[in-house]
Amino acid sequence: MSKYYLNYLDELESEAIYILREVWAQFENPVILFSGGKDSILVTHLAKKAFYPSKIPFALMHVDTGHNFPETIKFRDDLIEKLGVKLIVGSVQESIDQGRVAEEKGKNATRNALQITTLLDAIEGNKVDCAIGGGRRDEEKARAKERFFSHRDDFGQWDPKNQRPELWNLLNGKYFEGEHFRAFPISNWTEMDVWNYIKRENISIPSLYFAHEREVVYRSHSWIPVSEYLKLEEGEKVETKKIRFRTLGDITITGGIESEADTLDKIAEEVAAMRKTERGDRSDDKRSETAMEDRKKQGYF
Amino acid sequence: MEINNNQLLRFTTAGSVDDGKSTLIGRLLFDSKSIFEDQLDSVSKTSEKKGHDGVDLALFTDGLKDEREQGITIDVAYRYFTTPKRKFIIADTPGHIEYTRNMVTGASTANAAVILIDARHGVIEQTKRHSFIASLLNIPHLIVCINKMDLVDFSEAVYNDIVNQFEEFSSKLLMKDVRFIPISALLGDNVVNRSKNMDWYQEGTLLSTLETLHISSDINKIDARFPVQTVLRPQSEAYRDYRGYAGRIASGIYRVGDEVAVLPSGFNSTIKSINAGEQEVEEAYAPMSVSMTLEDDIDISRGNMIVKKNNQPEMEQEFDVMLCWLNSDTAKPRAKYTIMHTSNEERAIIKEVVYKMDINSFERDNEDNDLGMNDIARVKLRTTRRLAIDSYRDSRNTGSIILIDENTNETVAAGMIV
Repeated sequence: MSKYYLNYLDELESEAIYILREVWAQFENPVILFSGGKDSILVTHLAKKAFYPSKIPFALMHVDTGHNFPETIKFRDDLIEKLGVKLIVGSVQESIDQGRVAEEKGKNATRNALQITTLLDAIEGNKVDCAIGGGRRDEEKARAKERFFSHRDDFGQWDPKNQRPELWNLLNGKYFEGEHFRAFPISNWTEMDVWNYIKRENISIPSLYFAHEREVVYRSHSWIPVSEYLKLEEGEKVETKKIRFRTLGDITITGGIESEADTLDKIAEEVAAMRKTERGDRSDDKRSETAMEDRKKQGYF
Repeated sequence: MEINNNQLLRFTTAGSVDDGKSTLIGRLLFDSKSIFEDQLDSVSKTSEKKGHDGVDLALFTDGLKDEREQGITIDVAYRYFTTPKRKFIIADTPGHIEYTRNMVTGASTANAAVILIDARHGVIEQTKRHSFIASLLNIPHLIVCINKMDLVDFSEAVYNDIVNQFEEFSSKLLMKDVRFIPISALLGDNVVNRSKNMDWYQEGTLLSTLETLHISSDINKIDARFPVQTVLRPQSEAYRDYRGYAGRIASGIYRVGDEVAVLPSGFNSTIKSINAGEQEVEEAYAPMSVSMTLEDDIDISRGNMIVKKNNQPEMEQEFDVMLCWLNSDTAKPRAKYTIMHTSNEERAIIKEVVYKMDINSFERDNEDNDLGMNDIARVKLRTTRRLAIDSYRDSRNTGSIILIDENTNETVAAGMIV
């Protein structure tokens, strides 16, 4: 006899597809924020299912810090071609050149916070009224308060204490001129759920997620990849290690972990045994207790 | 971990600062090994800064800066943990009366509600309020945790007395499945691990109860309702005449070949195919997201509902709802609001406030007609066009509505169709 209940992955998938279709139905010009990381790849995969046999009706928007893993850019371009969707790039370098933002100075300078301006400019410039993100509530305590449909005022700001209540499956995406929304279809997924689903669906992801040999430097408790942007500090030395990345962001701040996991099965196994959250290796979140909340209020992803 | 048949259970916890709710959630996460080292480090540091002995488990649930500073929960926060049996989503909501709207929000999608009672104080107003909301929102399972048993010498008599108090007042409420568990969140008794101090209690711990609740019947599988979210019309040669009606099944089961009616037009047709993603399936059920094609070419758009020909919801333009007011702007008499019901959107006015509920005493107030923040009232709504409605008791998804203020775009009320 057939069963008439869903397992948890099917239920998460069904919820995410519902939200993606709601975005399409309620907004004029939505885009998927695409970083090349596993979460935005997952959202794109779910969008493919949501609209099959039609093409994904959203453009992918990439906020490019200029400090990329070359593997990520290659992956992005291949995916765009395969899906036949449009790519919009917001460039942090351009924002710097135009004098919209200034580079941070010092040893731990990153372009992480600069992305906010570029992202908001790209949203405004392309008349985007809803940016779909791969944010998950389990990632970080400020994100635990996010709605599926999250309102941004005409400065792109998030007001966490004054959010619209979200009941049942009824999503209110109404906005005034100049405002926009962020939508988070995989809010309820955990890192483990993401990996189990990627494994089940056999979704292709950048090779950086699999254990590989790489030149790295040990800094703030994680292995930072050597790149043209990395400035060696005194006492630091370049080593070759077998590592993999749990998240992919700006190459200057994304730390890898030592790992032997070179297949999806091994990664899922490793994640299940992990005792640290995935953002534990992101120096952007380590700056203060409320680093994520502060950035999110200003308009960060 | 293998992909398996484990289900997802959503539960809500309501409580105030003092009844140990945050400690309980911290304990559940901690003892089920769902807390990561860096989270533990950060909480240990904060505990030390605040001068606590040991790790303050309650700190795991504080999200925003203001919440940590004030030591209270302001907004619904979601927490996740997984055991070998199930995945869990906790909607952690504040319990003060001024946060009724958050409690209602957290309760709206929950399979179960966990209600905490301080063993020293027994049933208090807040307990009644939480239970009322759980019953109003039709949460299928209620678990009453009598907490701080360590402070009453783990006394069976105290426990029995509180169970009796609860049974007495709750007999007025509509509840199907209520369970009682004596616990100490602080010490961990009967949360994840069985208590060594209460031999007189032989039933399940909180976690084992959550792991074994029968939840696959929580969604109505009898009355088939399929609200259309959007129509898929691929721009390619291969699918020239293709019209896929996409949506999430709100309740019931659909099979290829079923005779269906499309509301509100009332036209009949037959299901030609059902797709779940790229895969064609023979049958689909709630809460699956699918797309369907029909044998006949009928004009169908967002907001329409595909139902079984022989089992149809009521088509009504005027109906009663239990309304929770969620906004600091009070309801304006005869003002027009946008109403959202499934994928449908119309305009509505509140024709009449029938009565207001006092959520502490469960008494009706027929005199006071003002609807302010956190008020709960039975009202008569009139909509611009007929809606395909069910009673909320029968189907949460097709029995619920929200009202949106057209001047602010805010969601100002949530309603359950009577």
